[in-house]
Amino acid sequence: MPTFVYMTRCDGCGHCVDICPSDIMHIDKTYRRAYNIEPNMCWECYSCVKACPQHAIDVRGYADFAPLGHSVRVDRDEEKGVIAWRIKFRNGKKDLNLLAPITTKPWGSGIPQLKDVEGPSQEMRDSQLLYNEPKYIRFDDGGVHTLESNGLTMKKGVYY
Amino acid sequence: MFTSNPFAELSASISPELIQGYVILMFILVVGGTILDVIHKKSAKYFFENAKKAEASREREVGGGEKIGIAVKTIAEDVLTSGEFCNPRRRVSHLFTMYGFILFVITTVALVFAYPNREAPGIVAQLWHLGALSVCFGGYWFWFFIRVDVAAEGNPWYRIVKADLFILSLLGTTTFGLIWSVLQASGNGASTLFLILFIGASLVLFGGVLWSKFAHMFFKPAAAFQKRMIKADGSRENLPEIGDLTDPELQKKFPDIPQYMGANPPNMGLGIKRESPKHY
Repeated sequence: MPTFVYMTRCDGCGHCVDICPSDIMHIDKTYRRAYNIEPNMCWECYSCVKACPQHAIDVRGYADFAPLGHSVRVDRDEEKGVIAWRIKFRNGKKDLNLLAPITTKPWGSGIPQLKDVEGPSQEMRDSQLLYNEPKYIRFDDGGVHTLESNGLTMKKGVYY
Repeated sequence: MFTSNPFAELSASISPELIQGYVILMFILVVGGTILDVIHKKSAKYFFENAKKAEASREREVGGGEKIGIAVKTIAEDVLTSGEFCNPRRRVSHLFTMYGFILFVITTVALVFAYPNREAPGIVAQLWHLGALSVCFGGYWFWFFIRVDVAAEGNPWYRIVKADLFILSLLGTTTFGLIWSVLQASGNGASTLFLILFIGASLVLFGGVLWSKFAHMFFKPAAAFQKRMIKADGSRENLPEIGDLTDPELQKKFPDIPQYMGANPPNMGLGIKRESPKHY
């Protein structure tokens, strides 16, 4: 089920707004707190739940790992480098505590530099895998199509 | 200029009793507005219902002495130093605004009730102006840069929504109050206009408690105390407890930790919190 924000816990920091891949976490105009503007479009990726420093966002887990009436809460501590889950069933018989490392490298290291990687050769482009690539992303057809090359501009800010 | 009592000069045209009555009216509006807010939003009802629900998942009883200790810690850390803020800029801005407002209110009461129609000691008037300046500094910083709908959503600073009622009326009160005081001290006729604006802004600020976030100054300490209580009694709102990563018992229970992070996991530094949430 989609995410929802406990507005009393939310302190309006904006991290969930920033991280939501579906761009549906926004700031309420009356209370200046976060809320999910379109629960239909929620991917239930738990990004906002993990990103919230006040643990103000909750979400109902899928039925394949937790039945009705459960509580699933997550604490992602990026400085310690671990993520902890707690799943409680409604009958009180199960109270799972899970802990796993988030990453093995320090943050900011190991980021791939794709511009240093060579593009595909002509032989690779003509091969079965790549011959049908759409022209907008082909590098051999007048360069990469960008907003600027097509004379478009992106409006700054969030519109919804 | 900043050492003269602006209310003393005002009492020549408006009787001190009227000014005092207005200040008392503002206090009544705040108390009444907060009580109405609590009744209308049912916040107290939900707060205590939640606390009762959390009782079921309590792991230990918190004794009276420990409760007092937690209360003291709440006041010292969460209230006096605004410790709940993770973002340092928001925290500093809030400290300036909070202490400035407290100073402004206390010195207004002092000037209006203790020195209504005579000169006050220079320090009291100076603190009145300092309090107002502090609110202006923290408030305008918040208004232009820190508001989350401006910082994280890219809205322009001049977009005004209902949520801005508190900050705008607060900034209006202190800004118009300062301008009025300065103009009055220099004998400028425009000071009357700014006096009217000052009174209007303060009426909106203290009268709009039901519709603004004014009452957060009473609710937040209670919420902060409750947040510490749930950590102390083990219910933690069903959140997991991470514990000490070097503890061999924990490492035995979760072998991934020593396998990928070693027996002494280092501090990994900031990840997604490295950058402020401005990627719009």
